[in-house]
Amino acid sequence: MEKIYSRTKLLREDMVSGFCPGCMHGTIFKMIGEVLEELHMESKVAMVLGVGCCGLAKEYVTYDNTTCPHGRGCATATGVKRANPETLVFTYQGDGDLASIGLAETMSAANRGENFTVIFVNNGIYGMTGGQLAPTTLVGMKASTAPKGRNPKEHGYPMHVCEILNQLTAPYYLERCSCNNPANTRKTKAAIKKAFQNQIEGKGFSLVEIVTSCPTNWGLDPLDALGFLEDKMLKEFPLGVIRDKSKEEA
Amino acid sequence: MARQFMKGCEAIAEAAVRSGCRFFAGYPITPQNEIPEYLSRRMPEVGGTFVQGESEVASINIIYGAAQTGTRAMTSSSSCGISLMSEGLSFLAGARVPMVVVNVQRGGPGIGAIQPAQQDYNQATKASGNGGFQMMVWAPSTVQEAVDMTYAAFDYAQRDRNPVMILADGVLGTIMEPVVLPEPRSAEEVARLKAICRPWALVGHNPETEQRALVDSGDWNTKKMEQKCIDNAALYESWQAEAQAEELFLEDAEVVVTAYGISGRIAKSAVKLLRAEGIKVGMIRPRTVNPFPAASYEKLDYGRVKAILDVEMSIPAQMVNDVRLAVKDRCPVETCLHAGGEIMGRREIMDAVRALYR
Repeated sequence: MEKIYSRTKLLREDMVSGFCPGCMHGTIFKMIGEVLEELHMESKVAMVLGVGCCGLAKEYVTYDNTTCPHGRGCATATGVKRANPETLVFTYQGDGDLASIGLAETMSAANRGENFTVIFVNNGIYGMTGGQLAPTTLVGMKASTAPKGRNPKEHGYPMHVCEILNQLTAPYYLERCSCNNPANTRKTKAAIKKAFQNQIEGKGFSLVEIVTSCPTNWGLDPLDALGFLEDKMLKEFPLGVIRDKSKEEA
Repeated sequence: MARQFMKGCEAIAEAAVRSGCRFFAGYPITPQNEIPEYLSRRMPEVGGTFVQGESEVASINIIYGAAQTGTRAMTSSSSCGISLMSEGLSFLAGARVPMVVVNVQRGGPGIGAIQPAQQDYNQATKASGNGGFQMMVWAPSTVQEAVDMTYAAFDYAQRDRNPVMILADGVLGTIMEPVVLPEPRSAEEVARLKAICRPWALVGHNPETEQRALVDSGDWNTKKMEQKCIDNAALYESWQAEAQAEELFLEDAEVVVTAYGISGRIAKSAVKLLRAEGIKVGMIRPRTVNPFPAASYEKLDYGRVKAILDVEMSIPAQMVNDVRLAVKDRCPVETCLHAGGEIMGRREIMDAVRALYR
């Protein structure tokens, strides 16, 4: 039998993932590892991890990475990339990290057109701290700090990061993906690869938003969480390419 | 080397470049704007990078990223801007990443005054952020000293893998004085200094043949985290032997004036005038305020010294607590203070010394 699939070497084999059942971080880190290997960039990569559940990955990956203060991923990545432009630099940030506490750093780095990649994982809630209201929490969706659900009169509406960034001139590539089924998971991997390739070609700022579930903090089992993701989250955050300057250039 | 007439901020910036600094990020705030302005034109000339961050918070984290590559990096700010950098400084110290931060102090608290003050002593030496970390803090009193300390600060930072602070003030930042600049490090030397950092730096290691870099201030393993704290404490302890102070006329002094930075400079001139009057006054001027040069106070003859006069441009006085710890109640410690951007007068110091000398 021919071996047609093997596990990426960029995830440690001697560690057991601490991600919850139904969490999609594991899938995303696996795809990032695969893409880095396909692009032969495993020895030139520097990951900047945001604060949140994704921070667990600092011990899971075999490549260079750093943990930075909550929300400051795009600032830290600016420093890493500009100091060593030959390094492939990406941030990995959740919605609380990127869109709440780190909004200024995200917007400003995007506006400068910094030549690095952002992997933005949006599950509409704070995971690691236990289910608090996020800027991306859906209207009516309960959170531990909004026990009656998001109320627009009090909390406003879910924030659409890609659409906000699309108001800026500099960003090169913005796409919203999901991992809710195999087809979309493959599209996510292709988007990550494209975003990394953009960086290698010096095109500037790319952001891949990945809409995911958080069964633990949504209070749903993994399958029901998948249903909620498809029925509710993807209605609020429709998938697709929001900006692709390579198409404009063509 | 030829003497040049330079403004304090610009001289600090040039000293940084000559020491091998190749990355600066900062945010505008008076009275230190000449540092980023100078480096915005100077950095490109030496193949370095200048970034105007969107805030002090962003700037210190841009430096956190740049310095992780082993590149010599610096930021500067003033007082309330340094407060915004405390998060990043804590991460830099926690992850043991070298860099240099310049605080051109102004009045405080809050937005305070844009005029010179020394209101950030406790923040600089005791708690520049969460977690009990420390930095070496150098306190220049002239532009020349600011140049020499800045040049050396990068070496201390790299040696210790820890941030180093230059604690200046609005007078030093804006005054123009003749200075002799140190020899610039060559491009080859700057590259060599960066390459030394490669084992721990975030530069991309081969996962199959090299140890990957993890630049991280934390650890979920409590034993490992405790060990980190123990290692850090050992580093801070090791600095004690490197404390520096300028000592003047201590052999027969009956009153000792003590002051750092710009106050130290003004006090020195007061002490010299008092000596001309025949008054037996001496001076201790800490050049490092962390580590604090306690040994200078330890060796005083307290049978002869009647009192120590602590001179600061801070109300309440801050360094005075370190002075009292060093003096251990062996003689009274009095203060002569200004704040809010009011600059210390030589005559006030002289009057205060005369009152103690009687």
